[in-house]
Amino acid sequence: MDRRSVIKLVGATALSAPFARVARAQDATVKIGVVGPRTGLMASGAAVTHFPQFKLWEHEVNARGGLKLKSGHKKVELIEYDDRSQPGETIKAVERLAADKVDFIMPIYGTGYNLAVAPVFDKLGYPQVTQAAVTDQIDTLTKRYPRLFIVQGSTTSYASSAVGVLKKLKDDGKIGNKVAVVNVADAFGIELANAGRGIFDKSGFEIVYDKSYPLGTQDLAPVMKSAKAANPDAFVAWSYPPDTFGLAELAKVENLNVKAYYSAVAVAFPAFKKKFGSAIENVLGCGGIQDSAEIRDFYKRHHDVTGVDADYWASPVYYSMLQMLTQTFESVGAMDREAITAHLKSHTFKTIIGEMDVRKQKLTRYWTVGQWQDGTFHAVAGVGFTDFKPVRLKTGWA
Amino acid sequence: MDVIIIGLLLGGNYAIMAMGLQLQYGVARIMNLASGEVLVCGAFGAIWLFTAYSLSPLLALIGVVPAAFVVNWAIYWLMILPLVKRAKTQGQLEVDCILATFGLSFMAIGILLAMFGGEFLAYSYLARPFEILGQPYSLNRVVAFLCSTVLCVGLYLWLHHTRAGLTLRAVSVNPSAAGLVSINVARTSALAFALGGAVSASGGALLSMFLTFDASTGVMFTMKALVIVIMGGLGDIRGSIIAAFILGLTETAVATYIDPGLTLAAAYVLFIVILLVRPEGLLGRPSS
Repeated sequence: MDRRSVIKLVGATALSAPFARVARAQDATVKIGVVGPRTGLMASGAAVTHFPQFKLWEHEVNARGGLKLKSGHKKVELIEYDDRSQPGETIKAVERLAADKVDFIMPIYGTGYNLAVAPVFDKLGYPQVTQAAVTDQIDTLTKRYPRLFIVQGSTTSYASSAVGVLKKLKDDGKIGNKVAVVNVADAFGIELANAGRGIFDKSGFEIVYDKSYPLGTQDLAPVMKSAKAANPDAFVAWSYPPDTFGLAELAKVENLNVKAYYSAVAVAFPAFKKKFGSAIENVLGCGGIQDSAEIRDFYKRHHDVTGVDADYWASPVYYSMLQMLTQTFESVGAMDREAITAHLKSHTFKTIIGEMDVRKQKLTRYWTVGQWQDGTFHAVAGVGFTDFKPVRLKTGWA
Repeated sequence: MDVIIIGLLLGGNYAIMAMGLQLQYGVARIMNLASGEVLVCGAFGAIWLFTAYSLSPLLALIGVVPAAFVVNWAIYWLMILPLVKRAKTQGQLEVDCILATFGLSFMAIGILLAMFGGEFLAYSYLARPFEILGQPYSLNRVVAFLCSTVLCVGLYLWLHHTRAGLTLRAVSVNPSAAGLVSINVARTSALAFALGGAVSASGGALLSMFLTFDASTGVMFTMKALVIVIMGGLGDIRGSIIAAFILGLTETAVATYIDPGLTLAAAYVLFIVILLVRPEGLLGRPSS
């Protein structure tokens, strides 16, 4: 061997040494796949509710030394793909994560996206916990996919609790029976409107205005003016983020004189409060939280670590779901997919929203309707909970 | 009466969304698919100035408009001009521009995401009722309408009653002939393109008073602007203004009298009908 070859060999070894070390370090981490929309229609919601959660989780788990598994403490490493708000891309991203040999894949963001990848998770053999997914197909889906867990409730439960809140006000003689209903002509809005119509009818409400509008409508003034002209006692919008903001602004400008105002998605967003301030006092919407020291602490940590304010609907449920998964990983002691599924199906977990139970592959307790009261979005209705704040009447838009 | 006023207010919004693209596509002949992103940049600028410095979006225009002008001028010289020089035919230039500006739109989205994050951005400004004939309308929409009117009238007068405007129109009619009468075509086109960008950005700043924005909303505005520009006809900003108002009035009438769910359908039906009857657009010149 001449001198040049020796130098080459030594050089190559020296160069490759760091890589070998990196490879070993990667074995020592638990690889977790994250998929969600960084861009596209769903990105604005995911930027508040979806991505910061995993960042916070990674930060907290690694800060305490990693996941405590049988083989020792393992730090977690997130591998993230953008699905650009397209279900086709979500499927590709999940398949890519499987090819990356990740140990676990976190929930996808959004109903359609979670459901679109259910067959893929099933085929690849990963347990699938869904989040930010609300559907009435829970029982059909969980029967078909034994490793699927749905952690945000059914569409009907959201519609029926919203109507239930109004019905109680009506039965107590606080509001009349005329309700104006509008909805965004898109997935969740249509489902809620369809579920809501029958329940309004059964609860003795007269629907005096019932129209839908396309997603992305620039000016909702005709909708708000017509709804106002119908002279309702309550206003219900099965709405999405941009129109939730638009309708609330118009209600304020038109001084929509209703005693109960409900708008579905995004009332629970921090941006909603930031934009309208005290005008949204007593506005009702999807979500809600039960105030506790633990929950307050969660909001503070969320803000401190991610720089983003958590929302008042899915965020605490996301965090609780991650607490549940952490406890499962550590109890099982390995990233064994079948054992993880079995553990979720046979245990309950202590979380910031109280005991979390998905033994029947669906969440048993969650909040469905919240109301802005003194600057906090308090839960006023829910499934499986009993202790709620009393509902207040809307008294203007000042 | 209600319907007419709401329709006019909406039409004013649409006019300002489309005016920038009209200058870029109709006059400078550059199909700019990133027009919506430029508008969103303007909106983000106004939102940022409002939330960080409580600066009124109307004052923000003073900063946003020149900034957008400079950036778009640079985009034209760095990115578009090489394409113009390379293109052998107008058709090839259009294809190249569509591809280049499509890429540009993704870049803009990425930069906005990195700078502002992906959340919804909104603030409240002049969200007060303003009475016209005893009916309340949002003051911010009325203000945006007035600004849009001033801008449209100003642009029209400038294009039709000044020498610079004449040069611009000459380039839009025939770039090679304009070159023969010693018009600096590249500079004039750059001016039209930069001006278009500045108008789009000012539209964004005005719309941010009442619409919610996130980094990915641009494509919605590009689509709307494209429909209006093509409906109105290339090269004449009056066409776009008329088209914008027709669209605003139609959508409002349909939403009030028929069903709000049909506004989008009505807009596109109108679009198809106009294209069938006048393929060159309302005030467009028949292509030779």
